[in-house]
Amino acid sequence: MVWRVRASGTALHSLHSLGYAMDIHEYQAKELLANFGVPVPRGGVAYSAEQARFRAEEIGGSRWMVKAQIHSGARGRAGGVKVCESEHEVRVAAGDLLGKRLVTHQTGPAGKVVHRLYVEEAVAIAREIYLGLVLDRREERVCVVAAPEGGVEIEEIARDRPDTIMREVIEPAVGMQPFQARELAFGLGVRPSEVHQAVKAIMGAYKAFRDLDATMVEINPLAVTAAGKVLALDAKMTFDDNALFRRPNVSELRDYAEEDPRDAEASKYGLSYIALEGAIGCIVNGAGLAMATMDMIKHAGGEPANFLDIGGGASPERVAAAFRLVLSDPRVRVVLVNIFAGINRCDWVAQGIVQAAGSMSLPVPVVTRLAGTNVEEGRRILRESGLRIVAADDLADAARQAVLALERSYDQAPNGATRGAA
Amino acid sequence: MSILIDETTPVIFQGFTGDKATFHAREALAYGTRLVGGVTPGKGGARHLGLPVFDTVKAAVRATGATASGIFVPAPFCADAIMEAADAGVRLIVCITDGIPAQDMIRVKRYMRRYPRERKPVLIGPNCAGVISAGRAMIGIMPGHIYTRGRIGIVSRSGTLGYEAASQMQAVGLGVTSSVGIGGDPINGSSFVDILALFEEDDDTDAVMMIGEIGGPQEAEASLFVRDHMSKPVVGYVAGLTAPAGRRMGHAGAIISAFGDSAAEKAAIMRASGLVVAPSPAELGAAMALALTREGPGAMAVHA
Repeated sequence: MVWRVRASGTALHSLHSLGYAMDIHEYQAKELLANFGVPVPRGGVAYSAEQARFRAEEIGGSRWMVKAQIHSGARGRAGGVKVCESEHEVRVAAGDLLGKRLVTHQTGPAGKVVHRLYVEEAVAIAREIYLGLVLDRREERVCVVAAPEGGVEIEEIARDRPDTIMREVIEPAVGMQPFQARELAFGLGVRPSEVHQAVKAIMGAYKAFRDLDATMVEINPLAVTAAGKVLALDAKMTFDDNALFRRPNVSELRDYAEEDPRDAEASKYGLSYIALEGAIGCIVNGAGLAMATMDMIKHAGGEPANFLDIGGGASPERVAAAFRLVLSDPRVRVVLVNIFAGINRCDWVAQGIVQAAGSMSLPVPVVTRLAGTNVEEGRRILRESGLRIVAADDLADAARQAVLALERSYDQAPNGATRGAA
Repeated sequence: MSILIDETTPVIFQGFTGDKATFHAREALAYGTRLVGGVTPGKGGARHLGLPVFDTVKAAVRATGATASGIFVPAPFCADAIMEAADAGVRLIVCITDGIPAQDMIRVKRYMRRYPRERKPVLIGPNCAGVISAGRAMIGIMPGHIYTRGRIGIVSRSGTLGYEAASQMQAVGLGVTSSVGIGGDPINGSSFVDILALFEEDDDTDAVMMIGEIGGPQEAEASLFVRDHMSKPVVGYVAGLTAPAGRRMGHAGAIISAFGDSAAEKAAIMRASGLVVAPSPAELGAAMALALTREGPGAMAVHA
């Protein structure tokens, strides 16, 4: 199960403290950052073992890194990064990695399958530095974070040696100034002869963040090579979904293979959906109420099957799409609809339920709680539809009825763990 | 009394002639809001819903004396609309629109800092339900009939959870002075603290219901504000106790985010700060009724 924050929808900032986010691959991030003056090693993307070998030949030299491109950090520890000393080794490593499922603490237990590789010149590293840029919700500004010890253990350093982590908050009216980058570089202990390069890399990362509407840029490590060159050895970028309308060159980098297929279906209809592991499917308006509904199901002794926010002003079609999406999860044995309509309309939601029921003859019990705008009309539509829908009075009643319906469904099919098996 | 708006507040809508603004302008007028006109660039001189339309906010303010604006313009143009309202001297700007780029909000917040405190407009939202003073006036998208006039203040990040709170107050026989949706975006205008301070000063508000969500520092900051600066009881709830932690690439966010991001941590900070925390989202009304029957912990804290 992957609790990835989806790249679309109206509500997921609530499940992701950095805001709406679209992730891209390392090689894409490096290409973008290089355009802003951040120095990166020579490399090329490969989709096959032969292409990887060809990339190594193109790059030249005698040592290469073959890196699995999945949307996750800590790939090295999961076996997704290999050092090779001949073109033949590159080819073998690439063959091993392509199609392999990598599991990291950022992918969740299901892991991610490798479809793309990045082949890169290997460099001799003298020092590794951590550089990150992020939206700081407290400051309401972009914050540049740097630490003299880079590498994958940065969260441990943040915990154990927080005083070694440096921060620069960027004044939005003028943007990052070179003195701020210099302060970081000198503070990181970069040698005076290399400070100019480090400043160029830091300023470049900031400009990329600003000009591409990123919500996160991370270069870990930013390395100083044995030859005295500053290079971004790894790079991650995450982008503000709300700004993609003005960043077509970023939005085209979206890799749908990295996303849950249900996400694509959800975003097509403007729905925010996250699959969970329970049996009670939820259809709710508003992220806060959707989370509260999940809390309430748990409180009543059940487990929610999903988070789903239908958003504001939902049409009957969008509600019907929400039903299809929730019911596409075979674990769902009850659907709970909780709508408190303000900008939404209960009559449209009711029409959507009737529409969905008509097209798929509701395979599970449905509990609905409608309140707010046009509630009487909504209740009338459901009552007169002839559908077997349990009408709940309020939030507590809705959760109770849903758990009750779930228990009944197990009584009828005690061994069925999922609807498909029932 | 109430906070932010009442039936005398002259209000304009920006993006006035659009579908959503039109629907909610009708609702606002029916509720008793003193809507005096609106702005749609290029449609100045026309009339809409029997009210004048202006090309610019400055022209609207000059002609109508509006002191508050509800913003319904599409997200790409929202930052501009908020700054235009601020520059025209509007005192209360309520931005309903969702989907505004975060860096646009950084710019908006920076722009607002040019005003000295006494002239700084109050921004509510974006991505919010708006503001309602029960039985008096509303700028927003909430269903007006669920708010009974009374003495409870409501402040919520989530719009619909704010409705839930209002209807639960109604169910236990409690009314509302004002309800404010501060919006769910990572960077928003007014914070919980800003609105709590207004309720603390409002003579007609006896207690406050505060509804937070997972993520961000505002609930923890608000809890400390309640402990240190509020005499009125505050009942809290944080949605998302069962929400899975978001997985994210990279560590930069984890490094800067402090303790207090999860719902359980926020609820613990609330309790430690003297708030009554509702055990479930179905017990918002009951928790408030309970807080009112005993001496509010907030009341004790302020004299300590």
